[in-house]
Amino acid sequence: MRKKIKNLDLYLLLLPTILYFVIFRYIPILGIQIAFKDYIPVVGIFDSKWADPLFKHFTRFFNGYYSGRLITNTLLLSFGQLLFGFPIPVLLALLLNEVRSKRVKKFAQTITYAPHFISVVVVVGLLDSLLNVRNGLLNTLLVSWGVLQEPVEFLTSPFWFKPLYILSGIWQEAGWGAVVYMAALAGVDQQLYEAAKVDGAGRLKRIWHVTLPGIASTMITMLILNCGKVMNVGYEKVYLMQNALNISSSDVISTYVYTTGILKSQFSFSTAVNLFNSVINTILILVVNKISRKVSETSLW
Amino acid sequence: MKRQKKRQQGVYGKEERLFDGMIYIVLFLVLALMVYPLIYVVSCSFSDPLLVLRGEIRLLPRGFHLDSYAAVLKENKLLRGYMNTILYTVAGTLINILLTTTGAYALSCENLRGRKMITRFIIFTMLFSGGLIPTYIVVSNLNLLNTMWSIVLPNAVSVTNFIIMKSSFENGIPKDLKEAARVEGCSNIGVFTKIVLPLSKSIIAVMVIFYSVGHWNEYFNALLYITDKAKQPLQVILRDILISNELTEMMGNVNQLNSETRAMIAEGMKYSTIVLSSLPMILLYPFFQKYFVKGVMVGSVKG
Repeated sequence: MRKKIKNLDLYLLLLPTILYFVIFRYIPILGIQIAFKDYIPVVGIFDSKWADPLFKHFTRFFNGYYSGRLITNTLLLSFGQLLFGFPIPVLLALLLNEVRSKRVKKFAQTITYAPHFISVVVVVGLLDSLLNVRNGLLNTLLVSWGVLQEPVEFLTSPFWFKPLYILSGIWQEAGWGAVVYMAALAGVDQQLYEAAKVDGAGRLKRIWHVTLPGIASTMITMLILNCGKVMNVGYEKVYLMQNALNISSSDVISTYVYTTGILKSQFSFSTAVNLFNSVINTILILVVNKISRKVSETSLW
Repeated sequence: MKRQKKRQQGVYGKEERLFDGMIYIVLFLVLALMVYPLIYVVSCSFSDPLLVLRGEIRLLPRGFHLDSYAAVLKENKLLRGYMNTILYTVAGTLINILLTTTGAYALSCENLRGRKMITRFIIFTMLFSGGLIPTYIVVSNLNLLNTMWSIVLPNAVSVTNFIIMKSSFENGIPKDLKEAARVEGCSNIGVFTKIVLPLSKSIIAVMVIFYSVGHWNEYFNALLYITDKAKQPLQVILRDILISNELTEMMGNVNQLNSETRAMIAEGMKYSTIVLSSLPMILLYPFFQKYFVKGVMVGSVKG
């Protein structure tokens, strides 16, 4: 009897968290049904009529003018981010790990993850002041050095949007991403290095045979997590960098959901678009997790 | 100890020293590249706005000026944004920490029935979520639009942080200690407040940083849920200033100035607002550097 009462206090402690998840995470999941309905706000989620045909919002999206470009942009942007954004923190951690002086190492780490603490708004503002056509630093420099005749319109060009998005992301997150690997490297047995040295292994060989295996499982975990984000290009930064001139390259699913859903109030349609996106996302993370469990016995669950 | 001694004697070959030299060169280049934009902004914020406007700043400030800072501090809209952000950050972080610690503690107790199921129930939301529009509808139906709660509540618990917290409670605190306290007649809540919380100071510090940086830099939720200009946080106002270039319009009250002067002041203000808005978070993190590594480690153990 006493034990039961004892656990009651634990359930009470848990209650606010559960309530939060029910209200703000699970009820929205139930709300996804409006993707199959003609949602009218005053009528409500449950009482709105089912769409006829049921998948009409989905077919409208796929037959629509923009679906091709939205999916292509989303995939290009996220694979680019994965391709370049994944290895760089690893390389940075390897570099930092080779620095012998502890003070230099700490100083370097502090600098590399400073950008993580800056907001995306400021990062995009920075891009503007470094790259704009009027008095952007890069353009001024390149023109004065005679590399360019005319300043380049970095911020309004569809070509430059994706590289800039990816590069600024690396600038902001590489140092932070390296922290995880640094933590894993701290756990590598120093005797392994000594043993490798005795065997006559040079620095590069030691990195290859001792350091890399030491962070391999962390790398796989991070890779799975990153793959799960593949279709999940955040709207925050894209939306800030987007303008009428680069829209052909910067229009992605998440920003489209925002503009059609919130700004144009097409709730059902944009929920359908979002659902398509998150289903692919979930499948991706499940598949990658499964593959990695088979190949390397590392998995998220 | 032996190993350290060997190291200090330093019998490095020529090859080793060459390698070290290369490492330092590469490191220097990487750091220079990363820190340059930051130095540039700070320099611009202290420079003569005219030189900034002409694009004549390279690395260090020229024509030292504090005018842009003075101008920013006079701008009511910015100050209000600042106050709003502080409020949202403090309230939001409090709620985050409260829910994350209590929930994670309860789920870390092995004698709680259904803890596995509840944990799965929470982790599932990482895998699949309702998305932007359904969440917006919930927030709007709860009448939270244009209130502080619309910023604070929808992100009250981050699943990643929750899992880090839970595994820290499970692995970071000796089981014997908890057991002993129970034998002494401590209730579950007693164990939580008297043993678990005091022993988890560093991980809680990490959580405070993670959550408060998130709140401080948050702009999209505010864009979604707050349309009342008086309640907008700093980041939304920053966006208007930095990206939509609304500063010159904002300064309508100083219409005795000609447009050129206005553009000049606006340009200088951009940089000083960047500095002033980013400073609190940048200043915060070196203090917590040692905690970060700890926190990240706990997280990576669990994955």
